[in-house]
Amino acid sequence: MARHYAEHGAAEVGAANLVSAVVVTYRGFDTLGEVTILFLAAAIVGFFLKVNTRDNEREASLRKTSEILITASTLLIPTIFMLGVYIFMNGHLTPGGGFQGGAVIATGMVLMIMAKPNVKFNHKLLAFLESVSGVGFVVIGVLGVLLAAGFLDNRILPLGNFGSLLSAGAIPIIYVLIGLKVGSELTNILDSLKETQNEK
Amino acid sequence: MSIVLAIFLGLVILVLAAVAIYHKNLKVAIIATGVVGLFASVLFLLLAAPDVAMTEASIGSGLSTIIFFYVLNKIRQSND
Repeated sequence: MARHYAEHGAAEVGAANLVSAVVVTYRGFDTLGEVTILFLAAAIVGFFLKVNTRDNEREASLRKTSEILITASTLLIPTIFMLGVYIFMNGHLTPGGGFQGGAVIATGMVLMIMAKPNVKFNHKLLAFLESVSGVGFVVIGVLGVLLAAGFLDNRILPLGNFGSLLSAGAIPIIYVLIGLKVGSELTNILDSLKETQNEK
Repeated sequence: MSIVLAIFLGLVILVLAAVAIYHKNLKVAIIATGVVGLFASVLFLLLAAPDVAMTEASIGSGLSTIIFFYVLNKIRQSND
């Protein structure tokens, strides 16, 4: 079975990165299980650590962060976001993919929390982004069942030139949705942990 | 050459894991866990698995350590 993937993977799926071809196309149902586990973990953490929006007296008591951190973070945070977006957009060409790109974006958010402790994340926007990405992922999977060979099959869109950015069918779209979903989920978890720090 | 590097990294991971288990100060234990994740990521790269290395570096040694520190802060507050 592994020999079949290694020999025919590039021709059948059209993705230069064989690992992403296996994860998203040949074993797409397992990826649905992973996405479900992440969603459950984020939902449980959000349920247990409900954020109180009236904890405003805490802001004055935090020490001001050092100037090196603030200056460096204004340079580094956009670069880290761009690196994360690059990783999940080129998931079918270079090593990486949706989960890694989302984790890198969440690490950029951690740097923002450390440099500016009073930053407020818009929880509604994050929850909306996460839900829309999750539903989009399932919709593409079901489209794969309806229009092509199986769940999350990527041949619903044309395969294109091998190695270019718009190749490998629906894999770029799937990875963009997974990257947005994982990034917003992990940011939600971290922000819930940060906001409930000083509760008695 | 890469075999020597892999064996050396494996020994360092074992020593750091022992530090993470047996050290009294919890902050040092958490940081040792993060560094174990970092060296494991390099080891994955030597074994020709770049996707796993990227995942381990970002989640295992980045986000996991941060979450452990948040939880440690909450436990300390309720103990004092």
